[in-house]
Amino acid sequence: MSVDTVKQPNWFSRLAHPGQFLAWSRYLVWPLAIATLLSFAIGLWFAFFNSPEDYQMGDMVRVMYVHVPNAWLSQLVYGVMAVSALGTLVWRHPLADVANKAAAPLGAVFTALALYTGSLWGRPTWGTFWEWDGRMTSTLVLLLIYLGIIALWRAFDDQLKAGRIVAIVTLVGALNIPVIKFSVDWWNTLHQPASVFTASGPKMPASILTPLLVMMLAFTLLFALLQVVRMRTEILRRRAETLSRQAALQGAAK
Amino acid sequence: MIAEGAHLEFIVWAYAGVGVLTLALIGYVAWDARRVKQRLAELDKAGIRRRSAGSNT
Amino acid sequence: MTAFRALIGRDLKLAFRAGGEALTLVLFFVMVAVIVPFAIGPDRPQLTRLAPAIVWIAAFLSMLLGLDRLFRNDDEDGSLTLLRHANLPLEAVVAAKVIAHWLVTALPLLLATPVLALLLSMSWAQWGQTVLALLIGTPALVSFGALGAAVTVGLRRGGLIAPVLILPLSIPVMIFGVGMLDPLAGSGATLFLIALSLVVTAFSPFAAALALRVAGE
Repeated sequence: MSVDTVKQPNWFSRLAHPGQFLAWSRYLVWPLAIATLLSFAIGLWFAFFNSPEDYQMGDMVRVMYVHVPNAWLSQLVYGVMAVSALGTLVWRHPLADVANKAAAPLGAVFTALALYTGSLWGRPTWGTFWEWDGRMTSTLVLLLIYLGIIALWRAFDDQLKAGRIVAIVTLVGALNIPVIKFSVDWWNTLHQPASVFTASGPKMPASILTPLLVMMLAFTLLFALLQVVRMRTEILRRRAETLSRQAALQGAAK
Repeated sequence: MIAEGAHLEFIVWAYAGVGVLTLALIGYVAWDARRVKQRLAELDKAGIRRRSAGSNT
Repeated sequence: MTAFRALIGRDLKLAFRAGGEALTLVLFFVMVAVIVPFAIGPDRPQLTRLAPAIVWIAAFLSMLLGLDRLFRNDDEDGSLTLLRHANLPLEAVVAAKVIAHWLVTALPLLLATPVLALLLSMSWAQWGQTVLALLIGTPALVSFGALGAAVTVGLRRGGLIAPVLILPLSIPVMIFGVGMLDPLAGSGATLFLIALSLVVTAFSPFAAALALRVAGE
């Protein structure tokens, strides 16, 4: 009796079993891809053709349409990684470490984009491409944490062992990120007066909120799409590893 | 089209950078997926199957 | 309790038997402080202003350099496997090793700070405050270091990755440690650093022990 055909899969095993996941996640990919493409199309149209200049920021508000989604994703993805870390350590969920490994490079890229767009936003606003303010600095530290986690994944031969160790690191990071944010803000007020600049005016009008929300949806859908594809790839990659190891053993036995 | 604001340069650089990196990310994810699928196809052709997929002998 | 103390004693003995490995770290610490004036110039008022920061950076780098020896030697000769199955809980083992490590790495650094104070034109008051800050902050650095070492034990290039993992986590320690010398916000920084140090030192043995268990499977 093989593992794949043991009785009727219940809802939990459909979620947890890698083979089952591969089976049903297939049907997510193209719908997600289309939804992502549509959202980006609508969002970009709004951003360039159908929204006014902000009364405070002028046309730089259009940079916000790509900056805010990436900043939001940089944190959301870490949240996903932290939840998967709990899944690995607490519930021993078979897909949790796959989710963590898949998400890490995605989070790193989104964080890097947040820094890039934030820097371009800062130049006309503050006068420099880089400012050691609370938010930029915390985002930079978050990028370093992502890169460290990616390095750790690559350092292990045994990926299952790696999954649990990376889960520990991810959770320790998750606990520390608020502390880091707090200390960086504190450090910032120590060395310069409190920054007056905020992300947007007191209240965002709908003409600006709409493009922003659409772009946020678009980027989030993009993350969901890439995450599903990467998880599928990782499961297949592990399968390939096992098979080639099996083949090597068979070959050696002959 | 949006008005020619004072900051067009920055806006272009921002969207260009985001566009390039996003497309690069998508490209990498797609390329990686294809690479793994190719590897599995090769192994399958060589006759190496999963035990649960039924044996050839 | 005796097992705990015996473990600390064992680690101390090993550290000093290895022929001054502990003193090499102190040498590195002093050398960092020596290099900085070559980089920024011998202007004494400037050095005085930057001195606490330079001392902290030197301490930071020395701790990062030294953390690899926390578990790697034991892992390589098999003692770690024995310790995993010892009667003493692994968390206590980690705590004992952390204490020994602090005595071997951080304490000599503290004792070497007068040399740095002299080289960097620190005032006595500055030196005293810096030593106090290091005293409070180095346990946190060592605890984070233990976590990094436990996570990377057994990895071929673990010695490179561990500092990369630890550095972001240790930023608050640095911020509050140097911040203790700030005339306005110093007392706040002191409280934050004490709290941070206590929490990190208390919880890191659990996380590190978990990582060691996983690594040993």
